[in-house]
Amino acid sequence: MADQEERIPVMQKWLDNPFLLVFLGVAMPTVLYIVWGVMEIANIPVAR
Amino acid sequence: MATTYRICPRSGLQFDTAAEKLMRFHAVAGVLALLVGGIMALGVILTRWPAIKLLPADTFYMVLTAHGIDMLIFWIIFFEMAVLIFASSTLLRCRLAMPKLAWVASILMVIGAIMTNVAIFQGESSVMFTSYVPMQAKPHFYLGLILFAVGALLICFIFLGTLVVAKAEKTYEGSIPLVTFGALTACIIAIFTIASGAIILIPTFLWSLGYIREIDSLMYRVVWWGLGHSSQQINVSAHVAIWYAIAAIVFGAKPMSEKVSRTAFFLYILFLQLASAHHLLSDPGLSSEWKIVNTSYFMYFAVLASMIHGMTVPGAIEQAQRLKGYNKGLFEWLRKAPWGNPAFSSMFLSLIGFGFLGGISGVMMGAEQLNMLIHNTIYVPGHFHATVVIGTTLAFMGLTYFLVPVLFKREVLFPGFAKIQPYLFGLAMYVVALVMMGAGTLGVSRRHWDMAFAGAPMAYEWPGAAYLMMGLTGIFSCIAIVGGAGWILQIVLSILFGKKLEEGEIRSTPIPLTLPAPTTGSTVHPPATPGTMVLALIFLTAFILYYFVNWKYLSSLWGLS
Repeated sequence: MADQEERIPVMQKWLDNPFLLVFLGVAMPTVLYIVWGVMEIANIPVAR
Repeated sequence: MATTYRICPRSGLQFDTAAEKLMRFHAVAGVLALLVGGIMALGVILTRWPAIKLLPADTFYMVLTAHGIDMLIFWIIFFEMAVLIFASSTLLRCRLAMPKLAWVASILMVIGAIMTNVAIFQGESSVMFTSYVPMQAKPHFYLGLILFAVGALLICFIFLGTLVVAKAEKTYEGSIPLVTFGALTACIIAIFTIASGAIILIPTFLWSLGYIREIDSLMYRVVWWGLGHSSQQINVSAHVAIWYAIAAIVFGAKPMSEKVSRTAFFLYILFLQLASAHHLLSDPGLSSEWKIVNTSYFMYFAVLASMIHGMTVPGAIEQAQRLKGYNKGLFEWLRKAPWGNPAFSSMFLSLIGFGFLGGISGVMMGAEQLNMLIHNTIYVPGHFHATVVIGTTLAFMGLTYFLVPVLFKREVLFPGFAKIQPYLFGLAMYVVALVMMGAGTLGVSRRHWDMAFAGAPMAYEWPGAAYLMMGLTGIFSCIAIVGGAGWILQIVLSILFGKKLEEGEIRSTPIPLTLPAPTTGSTVHPPATPGTMVLALIFLTAFILYYFVNWKYLSSLWGLS
């Protein structure tokens, strides 16, 4: 019975971990928006 | 570090004394920034109103820069820092982590805000909110923004530290409250925002000093919008958290589903910042893949989250009202809501305006093809005045009506004006947002001093409707400014001269956590919410129609056969 009460769903564990959320919330836009965007601009050939 | 705790007799909330002073400090600093930004708004609008055209071009761009930065950065972020402190130390009933560092951070923010304002009003930093390179401001313009950002970042870390303190000292059981979770979402977005700002503003500062030869303008735009747009996403998370808070304060409403609301905030954490890309949908150099993945795919998850909040907040209110017996028909719960309570009316006007005007227009702008219809037109300010002014500022104003007696321990003066203020300000801003978007659809430029381009070699003949809508923008903006100025005056006078209220018990230790007794027997099922469902269907219909109309408009402007 005690085991049943203590079982916390995985999703809730994630949402209860603020530092995991900070990591996800910073990593996602950094990779998808900034790094990807900057790489595209860096790959534009320089005009001669 | 030893501190004391005050138990507010009006709300039952427990305030850490150090945190309480910081909240008051940030709220006052925010209102002062709003005052400066509001005065500048008058200059902007009386110049863009074609019949008046008050200011010469150089003064106009200076005033526009001050308006943008004071409103979009200083006002909202100062207030949001107060919200972070409230949502951590007060709602979790614990001491604030590192209060001395919090004061250092707060003073850095004030120094930064003053420094940037001084640079702007000296007249050689009229680079507007976006400060696109190669336009160059004075070094102290960028330095002020950097100092402000460092201060805000420190307070974000103090917020996270306070969550750790609360968990270690077991001041709450289970998960953090939903409002605190919303504030955590705002904090996470703030960290990304400020990091983006640091990545681009530090080199730009060095460029303004002459240490760096050039900054690539496209690179600047990409990284800067990580700051510029994400800073407005902090607002979204913060004002949604405030909607939930006001629903709980005014109605005792409980979220319809904690799981669903938390999942919606989680979608914000993952996807909301990616909407920054919609500012670059017409830029060369960035692929359609980058544009479409960021806006048309991932941004829609954040839109879904907003629609969830837009349904669960009124749904929670409907449930609370129906439990009180307001069950007649679809909308008795809404008709019998306390429309004279400015905290509620501000919050509800914020919710409806944010969804119908800011939300729908934001999705439209986020589609690469439709964006071409309105890119860099005054439609864009129309959209963000619906999100930031109607959505965020109005929600913050509503919360302040609650905070004056609770946090400042003063009675709100002029209660009659308080009843009408949200309507005066909010409804005028509804019209402003609509007519700005209308003028933008006709092509009126986003921020050009003179829409007629008088004296330009290639004149453009605008339809009369464009002038009409810019005139209406002027008239209704002035009404909104009266509503906003009235709010500032009312709050400042209430804090200074309002009747002093009882302070409440001061304790050296926090109140011990008391858990609710376990329920036995049958549980009460929450009532159904048909009224909210009808509101949601009206919203979806408006959404689909507006989306369709814009595709139709695009096809008529740009025939493909």
